[in-house]
Amino acid sequence: MQKSIFDILGPIMIGPSSSHTAGAEKIGRVARAIADGSLKKAIFYLHGSFANTYKGHGTDKALVAGILDMEADDERIKESLTLAKSMGISVEFVETDLGDVHPNTVKIVIVKTDDTEVSVIGSSIGGGGIVITKINDDEIEYDGKYPLLIIKHKDIHGVISSITGVVADYGINIATLKVGRQARGELASTVIETDAIVPENAIEKISQLNGINSVRKINAIGGHHV
Amino acid sequence: MYRNASELLEATKNLDCNIWEVVLENEIKISDRTASAIRGQMLETFSVMQNSAAFAQESDIKSISGLIGGDAKKVNEYRKNNKTICGDSVNIAISRALSSSEVNASMGRIVAAPTAGSCGILPAAIITAGEQIAASDEQLVNALLTASGIGQIIAKNATLSGAEGGCQAECGSASAMAAAALVEMYGGSPDAAFHAAAIAISNILGLVCDPVAGLVEVPCANRNAMGVVNAMLCADMALAGVTSIIPFDEMIEAMYKVGRQMPVAFKETALGGIAATPTALRLKTEIFHK
Repeated sequence: MQKSIFDILGPIMIGPSSSHTAGAEKIGRVARAIADGSLKKAIFYLHGSFANTYKGHGTDKALVAGILDMEADDERIKESLTLAKSMGISVEFVETDLGDVHPNTVKIVIVKTDDTEVSVIGSSIGGGGIVITKINDDEIEYDGKYPLLIIKHKDIHGVISSITGVVADYGINIATLKVGRQARGELASTVIETDAIVPENAIEKISQLNGINSVRKINAIGGHHV
Repeated sequence: MYRNASELLEATKNLDCNIWEVVLENEIKISDRTASAIRGQMLETFSVMQNSAAFAQESDIKSISGLIGGDAKKVNEYRKNNKTICGDSVNIAISRALSSSEVNASMGRIVAAPTAGSCGILPAAIITAGEQIAASDEQLVNALLTASGIGQIIAKNATLSGAEGGCQAECGSASAMAAAALVEMYGGSPDAAFHAAAIAISNILGLVCDPVAGLVEVPCANRNAMGVVNAMLCADMALAGVTSIIPFDEMIEAMYKVGRQMPVAFKETALGGIAATPTALRLKTEIFHK
């Protein structure tokens, strides 16, 4: 597919580097979305180039700006560390080795206000683009451009069809669909990217379907026109 | 839809139109948006460019590391108070390119065009040329559309990333985009625009990405100044009728291959070039261990 002209002249962003600031900020926003906006503490495990250069690139400020839900062009990104402090959110940066991953990778662990933890691993792959590779224990491949549903369910006949049926009933087009399972008849997952945001009552309906364990929704954070 | 320069040029010939018109029509198709919505967003993009190109010309600024800042202002004052070698328009363009780069390095707002590291080149070229011909908003947006079309072709057939292709892929691409835009702004043909873009790439071919301490500061800001002047001279040459012996599509293929053959030390890793000089290594230690 051809890139939009706004992929070429864009993003509009806070400098100095689309990989180290714009991409980092987007990964931060995915982490916030997974924590449902509930934040007490965030620990950033920085890998590769992120670990080596985060101070000079302002990657630390961009990541914190992301968990505070700032957009990539928000001029307050510069002051995000101070802002987090004033909001009572503690942040910590740990230089680490996350193994065989992209050089610009971060693992974000968020401690929510109810003391439960969520985690995200994401890579900033250039030009402000990102790939989320892990959400909690689930391995995925998500670029943040479309709304996402992660559904855990039993591997039983007809579940996927009933899930996509609900999405279709709400007039929402499915952009991509990935299914997988641990083993036949065991826990399975269906990951759906949609062209429009799936409304809460549709999520509720999917949750009530036979065989569904959990439904997690992440709205797009890095799309151009979404 | 155009996959390369020859297809885009063919479309301009079939429709007897400029590059920007083909780019706009294509964007309408691929994005399912109206021409006025696209133009509106491009004008907003341009206003961010204007601010970043102007800010550090007048205001004091320092990068996060403290390595750069203040050069845009120096050049602006110099050209106001002195007889310059390159003349006023080139010096204003240099000052504007430095300004956007300094704003970027100080965590200010910029447009990646096509990247943050090369964000100074295109705005400086278009604003400076736009001033000279008293361009309307519509003409300025058209110029940005032309530039985007060149960028789309490079992204599709080569790369815009310094990590993949070195500085030639970032500042070289930005310079080519700007050169083509300037040619169309001044009434040159689509052919002339691609000649300017091809020459711009060939002039920067092989340039390594060797940022001191890995930061988008040194030599990036200065190379933005070089990139805009390169765009201006290539545009003037093409408008004068100078052609590129090597066609644009082959030029970017050459650029891509050079990038592939380039050792990783010269691709944004800060392990080679000026990033590996004793002074750069000392600065790196000072910045990251203070």
